[in-house]
Amino acid sequence: MIEFQNVSFSYDKKTPVVQDLDLVIKKGETVGLIGANGAGKSTILKLMLGLLYGEGTIIVDGLSVTKANLPMIRKKTGYVLQDSDNQMFMPTVYEDMMFGLRNYGMSREAAEARVDAVLEQLGLQDLKYRHNHKISGGEKRMAAIATVLVMQPEVILMDEPSTALDPFNRRTVIRTIQVLPQTKVIASHDLDMILETCDRVVLLSHGKVVADGDCGMILRDRALLEQNRMELPLCMQMQGV
Amino acid sequence: MDKLSGAQSELREMDVLAAGISVVHRLHPLCKLLVTVTYIFIVVSFHKYDLSGLIVMVLYPVLMFQAAEIPVRVFFYKLRVVLPLVCAVGLANPFLDRMPLTQIGNLVITGGVVSMLTLMLKGCLALMASFLLVATTPIDMLCGALRKLHVPKVLTALLLLTYRYVGVIMGEASAMSQAYSLRAPGQKGIHISAWGSFLGQLLLRSMDRAQELYSSMELRGFQGEFFYSDIPACRVSSVMFVLVSCSFFACARVVNIAWLLGNLVVR
Repeated sequence: MIEFQNVSFSYDKKTPVVQDLDLVIKKGETVGLIGANGAGKSTILKLMLGLLYGEGTIIVDGLSVTKANLPMIRKKTGYVLQDSDNQMFMPTVYEDMMFGLRNYGMSREAAEARVDAVLEQLGLQDLKYRHNHKISGGEKRMAAIATVLVMQPEVILMDEPSTALDPFNRRTVIRTIQVLPQTKVIASHDLDMILETCDRVVLLSHGKVVADGDCGMILRDRALLEQNRMELPLCMQMQGV
Repeated sequence: MDKLSGAQSELREMDVLAAGISVVHRLHPLCKLLVTVTYIFIVVSFHKYDLSGLIVMVLYPVLMFQAAEIPVRVFFYKLRVVLPLVCAVGLANPFLDRMPLTQIGNLVITGGVVSMLTLMLKGCLALMASFLLVATTPIDMLCGALRKLHVPKVLTALLLLTYRYVGVIMGEASAMSQAYSLRAPGQKGIHISAWGSFLGQLLLRSMDRAQELYSSMELRGFQGEFFYSDIPACRVSSVMFVLVSCSFFACARVVNIAWLLGNLVVR
């Protein structure tokens, strides 16, 4: 589904942010990208979407990430940005959710039905006609996730999806991620959420894959996590792992 | 709330005003745009001494404010910075044009005074009409109306994005100003020595955010053209609005209605 072949990237052509990355993500998999700040998690997501270009080859659903293929790749891929303020640019939540659907030519009625379904799924019906500048940070985060889910992409990329969420909304997002059948790549520092939602974890350090494997195995490895400036998920700390 | 946050909030309030559901809000945006352009064109075309003829044109904004359920004070408040500038345009006229036009008791009214008042009124009326258009029509619908007039998509997208990015720049400026004031207690405003780096950082931060916003739009299928099809169909009421308004404007331009009514009362 998604394949990185020897991918490297640097913002300043001196310090590599992603180095010789080889990674295969299978269809339907939920992969957590974890690592300390600056490990390259967000950069990897942006490389998949053609927002950044590096060396090497990236293939998304059989399409190489090139300028010519971008419209098709982006139609298949939904991206929840790290900062929701940058994702919500229309006056209301409703208009923001309709934006992508209408751009892809969906009729108003069909698009509205889909918007309503997603809002109901996330319990956000009250936000529908609210103005983006008048909703709280957490509500905006939920709305940003809704704008991506409404597109029904085949691949969902999420950059810190649980940031700014209260425990209730965080739980809603976790439940939503758990039931979504799509391929999902989640970059996050919230290891408890990763543990609950992902099958597989890729641990990054300085743009390199340090560990790649079963979520439970890697997130239980205190030494490995601490070597890479991370710590055990809270739930494991409480269990005394 | 600091001044920048206040300004940002005021800008956003325009979106809230435009999302109203009054009779005026429901009119077709293209019709409103046509009427506004016609109104401004006719207001500007009045002769500099034709103050009495121009006064009748006040009827349009007055009625529209009522129908749109927008208090007139909102207009005066939001344009409190621009209005004095508009009014200042003709201030030199009384000194340049001293030709007596009429006399009230011992008071001689010169052409300069009349032309000054006419200019001020023209400016205010043009601003009122523009404000009414923006306050009753969401910006994307306005751009949609412009597209229907075959205005190039580059220009309409530029207008829409500028409107959106003004908010982004103000948001960044507000955040930076708050961060500065929290670390400069007792200081009023931003010290001149910090202005260079402040403006530089503001530019860089705004560009970064604008780039992120644009990426977000591209990721959801945006390819340079906004989808404006939410514009409602043009109904009979909208067509009637154009016909009645434009006929009234034309009539007011050709016939001095105020003078006619005055004659009825005086004679």
